[in-house]
Amino acid sequence: MLSFIVSRAARAAITILLVVAFAFVVMRLSGDPALLILSVDAPPEAIEAFRKAWGLDRPIWEQFLTFATRALAGDFGRSMRDGRPALALVLERVPATLAITLPALALKLALGIPAGIFAALNRNSWADRAAMMASVAGFTMPSFVLALLLVLVFAVQLGWLPASGSDTPLHAVLPILTLGTAGAAIMARFTRSAMLEVLGQPYIRAASAKGLGWWLVVLRHALPNAAIPTVTIIGFMVGSLVAGAVIVESVFAWPGIGRLLVSSVANRDLAVVQSLLMVIAGWMVLANLAVDLAYGWLDPRVRTITSRAD
Amino acid sequence: MPPETPLLALEGLTVDFDAGGRVARAVDGVDLAVGRGDAVGLVGESGSGKSVTWLAALGLLPSRARVAGRARLDGEDLVAAPRRRLEAIRGRRIAMIFQDPASSLNPVHRIGRQVEEAIRLHRGADDGAARAEAMRLLDQVGIADPRRRLDDYPHQLSGGMNQRVMIAIALAGRPDLLIADEPTTALDATIQAQILRLLGDLRRATGMAMVLISHDLGVVSENVDRVCVMYAGRVVEEAPADALFAQPRHPYTQGLLAALPSLTGPRQRLAAIPGTVPEPWNLPAGCSFAPRCPAAAAECLRTRTPGLALTPEHAVTCTRVLALRGSVWDRRQVAA
Ligand SMILES: Nc1ncnc2c1ncn2[C@@H]1O[C@H](COP(=O)(O)OP(=O)(O)OP(=O)(O)O)[C@@H](O)[C@H]1O
Ligand SMILES: [Mg+2]
Repeated sequence: MLSFIVSRAARAAITILLVVAFAFVVMRLSGDPALLILSVDAPPEAIEAFRKAWGLDRPIWEQFLTFATRALAGDFGRSMRDGRPALALVLERVPATLAITLPALALKLALGIPAGIFAALNRNSWADRAAMMASVAGFTMPSFVLALLLVLVFAVQLGWLPASGSDTPLHAVLPILTLGTAGAAIMARFTRSAMLEVLGQPYIRAASAKGLGWWLVVLRHALPNAAIPTVTIIGFMVGSLVAGAVIVESVFAWPGIGRLLVSSVANRDLAVVQSLLMVIAGWMVLANLAVDLAYGWLDPRVRTITSRAD
Repeated sequence: MPPETPLLALEGLTVDFDAGGRVARAVDGVDLAVGRGDAVGLVGESGSGKSVTWLAALGLLPSRARVAGRARLDGEDLVAAPRRRLEAIRGRRIAMIFQDPASSLNPVHRIGRQVEEAIRLHRGADDGAARAEAMRLLDQVGIADPRRRLDDYPHQLSGGMNQRVMIAIALAGRPDLLIADEPTTALDATIQAQILRLLGDLRRATGMAMVLISHDLGVVSENVDRVCVMYAGRVVEEAPADALFAQPRHPYTQGLLAALPSLTGPRQRLAAIPGTVPEPWNLPAGCSFAPRCPAAAAECLRTRTPGLALTPEHAVTCTRVLALRGSVWDRRQVAA
């Protein structure tokens, strides 16, 4: 178990390092922050001074080494816009993002899993077909289209909800619905196919042959097995919670880290982008780790393989 | 006068699968009776409908399957029985074990939990009693150190052990009839013999009846009193095991026996009869074996053959049987 944790932690650290290094290089090659922040017609001396002040005149590898050594000491640089510590800037946006993505996740699971189970148990019925059609519509539609549709209906036509902003809890409703319905569609599809796969297994027929009632067969024998593949997609959803909010936060002017990512990339606010990606990558790595632990918990075959490996 | 009602009687059992427009007839009017304590063998090639016959009797087929005819348990028709009634019969009156023991057990539950589930279901035992009974059952099916095995998961046991667990689960309801659907096909030869011996011992000890399904005539002949031979969804010959071997009357049965190298030699799958099994969505109007039969006459192709009782115990569906002497396959070889 210890070697498992150590190797996972090492892999996690390498993943995060690669993401941050990649962002570091790409951001520096793809535009000059000095020109963006000071404007193009600033005097050359001012631009020169700005670049010197932020270390941008050094070779990239040297800049990265400086960044990395400071990061190890907990200093992730400062925003070029307002000079505040980049990490703090990112972290103070996290609650806003969670305020829409966590309810959205709950919506995805609460809607998608029962719908998928129901569809699988009533395979080829009209209800199954309707659920699957809705789910195709749900996940082929780009989220900004869905967002605009919801705005059109609930904000413009009905006038029940505000179209954008973040002043009241009501402002969160449309972003949550946008994220939640699309995710629920994906969840329903995955749950349905996981259930169908399991329902075709010999142990389901054997459980019926024992004399168990159909509901007990489903509850005790089908669901625990169908949960195993479903965990993968749940982990993926949790992992992409933060990154997945970029478009929706932009459309609804929601002040989360998705919108911060868009504006800081546009401004080449280097330290902020790096911190953001570090936080996003770290979150994904954690979600993956949680998935692996859940596998071990749900599937005894995985459990004995890992314990034997030790 | 008919003797006492058999434990289970299949009467004209027919199963159709609706497969995208065309209808596949997997079981085509099977008549078969199993008496109390009987050991009946059911042989036939892969796809001949052996499994579907019994799944249909127990109501275990997907809803896509259309079942007609009757399966009478002590006179009560199971085909028409409501779901709840079937659930009360499964496991308690009729238990079934399957070909692939490893995948017939739920991979995420411990062995003990799966055995105890059946015990609690059929005997309403409390937890402690169920556990003790589970241990006794595992011991009865020849599993060493049952206390430890209860805490194992199926993937930690061998195929033979898993089949023993399946048998223990089947015994939990003290059934009157055990359907063993190719219980040893997935196991290697020595384990196969052990499991068959175990089934025979249990049958004698408990007095339950058994249907042993197999594509291996050798396996069947050594373990049952009476054999039914199935071909393309129909029972073509039914006879006491020794009579079937000494004097097979249906050309298909004769072909099966001719394909066996020898009773003592290595076993092999039924094969070696020229031609192919008819497709289930396109069964012939007459005898389903006629297209492959060297002795077929014109009328064999046209009209469905009725069953013919050669003796009270030996029945065959072949109109040519009285005109034939010896094996149709020997004569053909002589002629060639
Ligand atoms: N669920 C199903 N849907 C459609 N067709 C099926 C289904 N189950 C079985 N069949 C068909 O029914 C026929 C009989 O199958 P069955 O499983 O009873 O054969 P079997 O004699 O048990 O063969 P085996 O020795 O391979 O187990 C086959 O043609 C098979 O394709
Ligand atoms: Mg079969």
